[in-house]
Amino acid sequence: MDLGPYLLLAILEGAVMASVLALTAVGLSLVFGVMRVVNIAHGEFFMLGAVLAWYVTQMVGGPPSLGFGVALVVAPLIVGAIAVAADMTVLKRLDYDPERTIVATIGLLYIIQQLTLMGYGPEARPVEPPFNTRLALPWFEVRDGALALYWPWGLSTTSYKLAVIGAGIAVLLGVWAMMARSQMGLVMRAVQADRDMALAFGIPVERVYAMVFGLGAALAALAAVLIVPISQAHYLMGADPLLLAFTVVIIGGLGSLPGTVVAAILIGLSDGIISVFFSPTLAKILATLLVALVLVFRPQGLFGVRSA
Amino acid sequence: MLELDRVSAGYGAAQVLRELSLSVSAGEILCLMGRNGAGKTTAMRAIMGLIPLMGGRVLLDGAEVSALAPHKVPRAGIGYVPQGRRLFAGLTVAQNLEIGMRTRSSPPEVLEEVLALFPRLRERYRQPAQTLSGGEQQMLATARALCLRPKALLLDEPTEGLQPSMVDALRQVTLQMRGRGVATILVEQRPDAALAIADRIAFIENGRGGEVVPVEMLRRDPSLLARYLGV
Ligand SMILES: Nc1ncnc2c1ncn2[C@@H]1O[C@H](COP(=O)(O)OP(=O)(O)O)[C@@H](O)[C@H]1O
Ligand SMILES: [Mg+2]
Repeated sequence: MDLGPYLLLAILEGAVMASVLALTAVGLSLVFGVMRVVNIAHGEFFMLGAVLAWYVTQMVGGPPSLGFGVALVVAPLIVGAIAVAADMTVLKRLDYDPERTIVATIGLLYIIQQLTLMGYGPEARPVEPPFNTRLALPWFEVRDGALALYWPWGLSTTSYKLAVIGAGIAVLLGVWAMMARSQMGLVMRAVQADRDMALAFGIPVERVYAMVFGLGAALAALAAVLIVPISQAHYLMGADPLLLAFTVVIIGGLGSLPGTVVAAILIGLSDGIISVFFSPTLAKILATLLVALVLVFRPQGLFGVRSA
Repeated sequence: MLELDRVSAGYGAAQVLRELSLSVSAGEILCLMGRNGAGKTTAMRAIMGLIPLMGGRVLLDGAEVSALAPHKVPRAGIGYVPQGRRLFAGLTVAQNLEIGMRTRSSPPEVLEEVLALFPRLRERYRQPAQTLSGGEQQMLATARALCLRPKALLLDEPTEGLQPSMVDALRQVTLQMRGRGVATILVEQRPDAALAIADRIAFIENGRGGEVVPVEMLRRDPSLLARYLGV
């Protein structure tokens, strides 16, 4: 293959990763933005989403698309409910103190991880994709001074990967619409801007916090359900998404949703491209270097607003 | 109407208010005066339930609002215009007012009434709150509180650092609210402004309530004011 088709392949792989990463990171960013809570257990909510997807598809049976469809709805709901319970029993008691909640969510990370190990076991288990048609992709060449399409051997993707990219975009648009257009989004933004004044105008801040924490976890779980047919469900799979989500959120600017999405695309695509052409390790090294540079030269992130 | 009954409160273990008692009736403006750090803002926060009370009660129309969860205090009918305005940054003028309208589910005509009081806000309706001038921001903070149709209004240094024309506009609105029977506690540092608008003036020092004086007395003998303020 020439360089061109290779690049297309790398960009598609990167886009799948960017899509899943954006969902995960937006969840993390929302929780930090509104609640000022750094949720170290975010990756475990991701992992729980994947593990629950495996359980649900096992229980439902039937064609893969049925079990997967149910998992897509049920897993985020259960994970969201678990997060709401964690918020009300742990974070609320700590009065959402920024430092103590870090320690508490570290504890939550280990509890979720070990409970999963005890119940689900150490194996990595696959979940069948609902559909998985191989799609050959065309490329073009210039022949006799005219553009001509051809189908390079080995240049293909699957319908499922394209669906993941589409689903990611759709959910992100949904989150954006919710924040910008709905009453719930208005209330969340008011709490984010000034917690005390939100209280002074009748907003039940603690209920909003519980909801945001649940929503953030549900987004991570949804991302995991989308990726599990491509990767597999394992009790330690939460570490990478957590790290990557933090990378994205720091580069994009803590609490800035547009910044988070742009940074997810940047990191996802560059990871795809660098992994295909060089090595996945180099991709991680460069991403980490970028975080370090951002922290030193632009601590508020590329899109964040410097806090007064 | 609104009453503080031996309210003690502070931050963490540090007590600021020491058995502060105050009361203001419907259609009255009570001016709260005292030096910087005396506890005026803390008293406002205590009324709103934003800091827990160490003792005492806050009553509105005889009902103990200090027993309510903080977000239910404004729903009982207390509008708060905090020191430093504290608008919802990132939200537009319209959205800031919408938050006020939601507090007690005010009918839409309330918004029209409030905008009629502050026509400037109508011109800036779709602008983010933080892009407004200082005076306009103060108007918005006041309008936001009026959107909940308050029975009692807390104004914490509403004219700090504003041009005279703005000060006058806000004073007119405050007087109009008094005419509609709103009970107002106004924190005001400038003696001339306090004397011009207050019905009674209450003094606070070190978190303790001092004299409460009808304003006529001070208008007759302004030197008394300096004595009460301890300056
Ligand atoms: N958030 C806070 N935490 C701790 N102490 C505070 C806080 N806010 C105010 N104080 C203290 O409470 C006292 C009263 O402050 P405040 O009510 O703001 O005074 P005033 O409004 O009369 O100028 C001051 O000694 C101040 O230092
Ligand atoms: Mg003050």
